[in-house]
Amino acid sequence: MSQVASVGAQGSDGILVVDDIVKRFETAEGPLTAVDHVSLSVKPGEFLAVIGPSGCGKSTLFNIVGGLVDSYEGTVTVAGDRVRGPHPAIGMVFQEESTFPWRSVIDNVAFPLEITGMRKTERLERASHFISLVGLDGFERRYPAELSGGMRQRVSIARTLASEPKILLMDEPFAALDEQTRLLLGDKVLQIQQELQQTTLLITHNITEAVQLADRILVMTYRPGRVKRIVDIDLPRPRSSEIVSSEAFGHYVAQIWGDLREEASRGMRDEETRRKA
Amino acid sequence: MSAAVQHRLIERWLPALLGFGTLIVFLVAVEVLIRVGLINRYIVPLPTQIAAAFGRVVVDEDIVGRFRLTFIESFAAGAMITIIGVLVGMLLYRFPLWRRATETWVAALASAPTVLMYPLFLVIFGRSAWTIIMMGFVAGFPPVVLKTIEGLVTTRSVLVNVGRSLNLSSVQLFTKILFPAALPTIFTGVRLGLIFTLINVVGVEFLINFGGLGQLINDLAERYDLPGTYAAIFFVILVSILFFIAIEKAERWLRPAG
Repeated sequence: MSQVASVGAQGSDGILVVDDIVKRFETAEGPLTAVDHVSLSVKPGEFLAVIGPSGCGKSTLFNIVGGLVDSYEGTVTVAGDRVRGPHPAIGMVFQEESTFPWRSVIDNVAFPLEITGMRKTERLERASHFISLVGLDGFERRYPAELSGGMRQRVSIARTLASEPKILLMDEPFAALDEQTRLLLGDKVLQIQQELQQTTLLITHNITEAVQLADRILVMTYRPGRVKRIVDIDLPRPRSSEIVSSEAFGHYVAQIWGDLREEASRGMRDEETRRKA
Repeated sequence: MSAAVQHRLIERWLPALLGFGTLIVFLVAVEVLIRVGLINRYIVPLPTQIAAAFGRVVVDEDIVGRFRLTFIESFAAGAMITIIGVLVGMLLYRFPLWRRATETWVAALASAPTVLMYPLFLVIFGRSAWTIIMMGFVAGFPPVVLKTIEGLVTTRSVLVNVGRSLNLSSVQLFTKILFPAALPTIFTGVRLGLIFTLINVVGVEFLINFGGLGQLINDLAERYDLPGTYAAIFFVILVSILFFIAIEKAERWLRPAG
């Protein structure tokens, strides 16, 4: 039985529906189940965060939803259309720095439009709009090497948004950034999400980030990755990073940490055992 | 003149001036060391004698024609190592089994003294420019192949995943992501290859006493015209400088940053 039934994650009104996904890998120690009967549903305009300890299969789930993994059990559908590979309705933002160093900011952002064959003037105009949306006006002609890590990640987000995906899929996009930049970029993501009503699925291991941004948080167990709990975040919108100092925010962080602590400890013990062996 | 303009001028010209100044200081030091007898003047001629020999070498030895011939041979071999080397590297990247089967051989060829194969090439191509071009090609080809493979293999997987997430075709993935990402490493291979090519072109001209600057150096050395020999070597260096400037320009044009 899928975990969804027990936690009520699946909804018939979801634009993105992940149904009963199982993914196993062959390893030197034998088969490893990375994702075990995971289901979730994201409603149009909703921001869902998936949180779990390292090794819980979050990134595997990200790759499955993004269509970058072929063989797995279960289904992923976007507005009823089965995902069998990269889907035009899904835009992906990766954890690692993924701007093209040989392209200027504007050419990076215009890249998805160039692929579709859009005329140069039109695509540059649209790229400028998304550059402005992520707050990088004036940096259009700069190259990624001239930007900070946070600015480069904003270029990646703008590039993904330029393809106008129905669903924005992000895998720990701020993992490499310092805490202050992370909070401020969180503000930017909130602002964009509110402006575009962008359906978003965020994969993260950062509790603060998840509570700051999400409408709902799906907590995963450590290996095999299962749905442990879904927490509705009932914080007012529009939000900003100032919300982190509120009492309600602290309550949610404590609640999710309560769920995650056991999983993270299990992950740590497992890691130590493997290293000893 | 404002401080900013001054700063820009210094930033732009100081390295070149310092390099030129160092060369002048080196030549003056050599001149002094020869004149005081610390360097044997029958082995190394005075820099002032070399400078005086330039006019004679240019007028009497048809330096323009010889320079043009060496330049054309080097250009032909350089173009061949770039085009064929990059294509072979791309094919070996595309077919990993062939890559695993041949990569060690190509690496071995890169370090082999291929110049010693010149008698074989003389038999195949005769005493002609083709022997020189092919010897230049054989010497410069392996680094280009190896560096092309390295550049493609080491392209960060996240960049490929960006392309895959955007549903790029294999051709688009190659032309829009893999190739531009690999370009800096490919250019390193072309630079390395060109060094071997230029050495072999001039070396084989010298060995088979045919063609451009290498033959001239051979002639002048046999006549024991040491100032003329060194003046001719200067023109070999000039060929090398021209090629490396051209490569730098090509790289900046193909990949303006990064």
